[in-house]
Amino acid sequence: MSVATATRTPQAGARRRVPDSVLGLAGLAGVAVLFELVPRVGLVDERYLPPASVTATALAELVSDAAFWQALTSTLLGWALGLAIATVAGVVLGIVIGSVPALRAATNSTIEFLRPIPSVALIPLAVLLFGADLRSTLILVVYASFWQVLVQVLYGVADVDPVARDTARSYRFSALSQVRTVIWPTALPYVMTGFRLAAAVALILEITGELIIGSPGLGNAIATAQSSGAVATMYALVVVTGLLGVGVNVLVRRTERRVLRWHPSVRREVAA
Amino acid sequence: MTAIAWGRKLAIAAGLPAVLVGIWWLATAGSTSVYWPPLSTVLETFAPTWLEGRLTSDVLPSLLRLAAGYALALALGTALGTVIGSWPTVRALTEPALEFFRAIPPPVLVPIFILFAGIGDGMKILVIMVGSVWPILLNTVEGVRSIDEVLRDTARCYRFRRRTRLVQLVLRGASPRIVTGARQALSIAIILMVISEMFAATNGLGFSIVQFQRSFAIPQMWSGIILLGLIGVALSLIFRACEARVLAWYQGQRAAQR
Repeated sequence: MSVATATRTPQAGARRRVPDSVLGLAGLAGVAVLFELVPRVGLVDERYLPPASVTATALAELVSDAAFWQALTSTLLGWALGLAIATVAGVVLGIVIGSVPALRAATNSTIEFLRPIPSVALIPLAVLLFGADLRSTLILVVYASFWQVLVQVLYGVADVDPVARDTARSYRFSALSQVRTVIWPTALPYVMTGFRLAAAVALILEITGELIIGSPGLGNAIATAQSSGAVATMYALVVVTGLLGVGVNVLVRRTERRVLRWHPSVRREVAA
Repeated sequence: MTAIAWGRKLAIAAGLPAVLVGIWWLATAGSTSVYWPPLSTVLETFAPTWLEGRLTSDVLPSLLRLAAGYALALALGTALGTVIGSWPTVRALTEPALEFFRAIPPPVLVPIFILFAGIGDGMKILVIMVGSVWPILLNTVEGVRSIDEVLRDTARCYRFRRRTRLVQLVLRGASPRIVTGARQALSIAIILMVISEMFAATNGLGFSIVQFQRSFAIPQMWSGIILLGLIGVALSLIFRACEARVLAWYQGQRAAQR
């Protein structure tokens, strides 16, 4: 590798010396400048897309607003609660269904049918049952993220080494210790993949529910800002949701690496 | 013998769904609850609700908007992804910005694009495109980047023309990842199709379902939920058929490696 770099032309060598992180920051700065200039120059109406500096000011105002923190807390709480329910249900059901072949065969078609049903189809039903309540959004979040976990767990349980399973069975491991010592370690990487996918989906549905149903949270704040014409505030809130999304991704990735640090191979991610 | 095997397969596949629908049917049979009408009533309202008129005035416009937005997202995501993935410097420059845009939950785009494009078809197509382009874009970048170096060098040694190299090496090599991205994008696109109509619209599936709910036309609302579910299932089946065609070479290769 170093040889290859050394034999490159001087320009190429010089270009590679700029670290990626610097380039990335430059890219972010470029986007900010773009969002400042496009409305200022008049390419886009300022009423529709305020310059980046105006959005930043609105963001600063938000940070000192108690209502904003309340909305952020509701969003995070709803997200975490939904994700937790979906993960626990997905893992438990996945292990039960996955370890009984008859059950796996019988439920296969049902799972394949229920999974692609868009969770937003449940919005009207949720509104009827619970109104603009936290529970309405929770249903959406749980439904959408449950399948992500369940399907991954099923893959994981199917991946268990048959010899290990038969050995555990021969030694008459109880069902519980079979799960603990044989199935769980094999399935864990898959569980984490499912958890990572579910975490992103749960955030999307949490915000969607707040936006459409009107349960408290950032999505609801965005809808309010939009309908009251507070465009800069709306953009600031959108930026916050983006940062939240990045934060969730980073957090989940770190958890994944931490939980799987014992895992011998860096497993190629199962595309789902 | 084969007939018996087929029969068993069918019984296994259809058994649980039949039982579940049966439970639903029986549980709501004599139901007088407003929110849980008998399944028979729901099914009776299905045809008059959707097949007479609404098929062309609501269902078709929704699906056309979905198709347009999704097709644009595919084209844009693959094109941009190929460009970004081919040059490491461009990738390093754009990656954090792209990660940020990808992390914005797509539904918040709806209020933004209403400002620009009103509540017409343009807004919805735009929302679907911008919302579902990110998984395709980022997966294409990854796919292009991870193309086998040896293949790349071989193509160079044989002096493939630019066009040939792009189609045969880069796009084909990246296609498993592009398809993965496209699958994630499809479910986001469906969500956005419904959401953009629920938030503000004058026609469409999402719009009709919310209208039914607000006017307490509960059996009609249920039939809409069922229709949405069927559309979701149908689209995922179509996607799987396309995937099997596009990636036939790849699945063959993987099966051979095992």
